[in-house]
Amino acid sequence: MTDRSADILPTRQTIGGISDQLTGIPLQFPVERRWLIAMLFASLLLLLLMVSVVVLFTRGVGIWGINIPVNWAFAIHNYVWWLGIGHAGTLISALLLLTQSEWRNSLNRFAETMTLFAVVCAGIYPVLHLGRPWYLYWMFPYPATMDVWPQFRSPLEWDIWAVLTYLTVSLAFWYTGLIPDLAAARDRATKRGWQIFFGITSLGWRGSAAHWLRWSQAYRLVAGLAVPLVVSVHSEVSLLFAAGQIPGWHSTIFPPYFVLGAAFSGFAVVSIIAISLRSWIGLNNLVTDDHLDLLGMVLLATGLMTAYGYVFEVFDALYSGDAHELQTLSDRLTGAYAWTYWGAIVFNFIPLQALWRRSVRRTGWSLMLISLSVAIGMWLERYMILVTSLYRDFLVSSWSQFTPTFWDWSTYFGTIGLFLVPFLIAIRIIPLISIFETEELLHEEKEEKRG
Amino acid sequence: MAERAYGLLAEFESPEKLTAAARKARDAGYRRLDAFTPFPVEGLDRILRLPRPNISWIGLIGGFAGAGFALLMQCYVNYDFPLNVGGRPLYAISAFAVVMFELTILFSALSMITAMLWQNGLPRLNHPLFGAERFRLASKDRFFLCIEADDGEFDRERTPAFLREAGASSVELVTS
Repeated sequence: MTDRSADILPTRQTIGGISDQLTGIPLQFPVERRWLIAMLFASLLLLLLMVSVVVLFTRGVGIWGINIPVNWAFAIHNYVWWLGIGHAGTLISALLLLTQSEWRNSLNRFAETMTLFAVVCAGIYPVLHLGRPWYLYWMFPYPATMDVWPQFRSPLEWDIWAVLTYLTVSLAFWYTGLIPDLAAARDRATKRGWQIFFGITSLGWRGSAAHWLRWSQAYRLVAGLAVPLVVSVHSEVSLLFAAGQIPGWHSTIFPPYFVLGAAFSGFAVVSIIAISLRSWIGLNNLVTDDHLDLLGMVLLATGLMTAYGYVFEVFDALYSGDAHELQTLSDRLTGAYAWTYWGAIVFNFIPLQALWRRSVRRTGWSLMLISLSVAIGMWLERYMILVTSLYRDFLVSSWSQFTPTFWDWSTYFGTIGLFLVPFLIAIRIIPLISIFETEELLHEEKEEKRG
Repeated sequence: MAERAYGLLAEFESPEKLTAAARKARDAGYRRLDAFTPFPVEGLDRILRLPRPNISWIGLIGGFAGAGFALLMQCYVNYDFPLNVGGRPLYAISAFAVVMFELTILFSALSMITAMLWQNGLPRLNHPLFGAERFRLASKDRFFLCIEADDGEFDRERTPAFLREAGASSVELVTS
């Protein structure tokens, strides 16, 4: 892949031109009307979330469809889905930085921004699900007058540490990478308000050789830490399930299966965002068809690895020979929620096969449709993992059904607003493609041309 | 001499011209040099003889601190409030591993980023160089070399001539 990336940016453009184009996006926002329409739509969704949360806090979690066997449903299912989406941002940014896949330079900034807000959407779900969210602070180890401490031998306690660490490190990594670009925007800004905003946020960055030297070392090392962090966070999420005894959850393949599924859904959402942004804001010179091609390949690869996870999940159940495991397997394939299982298979893996064709990968709308299908498929997969395992566990007397209520759906659609509103604001106030990394890549390409 | 000089800022059109000029300045005996570029330029740190950064050691120490803190915290919590769950061990290292790992990463990453900012003298609101006419191009497509006024070889007449000869497209006196 590295030889392909040698010329991923058209070399006819100049370094100064890229800088002007990218700093111009926050400074003279080019597509005001489209942005307002998108923002209106996103704000309505956010409003829906606010209403749902107010109703939830006044009436309690009983407004959701959860009941006693299925006491984890939409709240945790969407938590896993959002968190998984977030992971692709870190992987693009950190993993591809370390492997020197320079095609990432056009994608990493908005992918990281996506990560931040996806993690926020994920993070609010367990809090909403607490029932008494005002006792959230009980999760932290503080010398309580009740003389008790949090239970560190429980995956539920690991969860809050993992997610908060992930959010903090993602934010720090994103901001560190942003500093030189904020300085570039500061130096182009002509209006007083922007000068003050970028002047303060860029922390006085001057691009000195000594600054760059320390910055590069810190940035690369944090990237090196972020990659295992992603794996650990989603493995930990899978342990929420795998550490329990419920059939269909209690399995050692869960950590890798979850991490790969997370990367798969995340790369799908990165593709959706990349294609939307490049057609809205006119970034065809920076997010090229070659980028879509590579995204398509990564999507196909992670998709096939996820499919392998499906195969092994079935194998695991069959190989164990455990009656309850086999029953859960048959519930998944033929039970009341078989539509989630087959829906996941169809949406995840059938349209995906079109990506074997180069022309499909390089066309915006086809990659977009496949990515949407994957996002839906992975959503169904998380639904399937949760509900099909819970609704019929060991005791027949406790079997029951789960049907999502209006408030389940409204909270879920609301979180899409919680994702979109800050994301749209971020597009307006920060350079959404890394300026200096793009310049550096363009410079290297031009050098190579000159020989 | 009305104002105290901070240094001379020379502008170059490409990173190659900048590195060539930096090498010449080094050979001519200038020691108080700094370069300002829109993106990291390879090899510049060796020419300017910049000390190797120690961020990695700070990260290592941060990582150990995070792991140690997490382990001690979890052990203490279980010592102070022992809860017998089906006879399972109180000090369950395998169960503590997750939080230990997370805090290792958290402390290490934050300590490295803090150290990077601290050693770079950031954040700071102003700097003499921001007063220079053309310095704002240093974040766009121009490459600057600064010879600071406290350099032993610094001379208000000879140094600008030297920089022009080294290929600078403009030379500007920066006041502090």
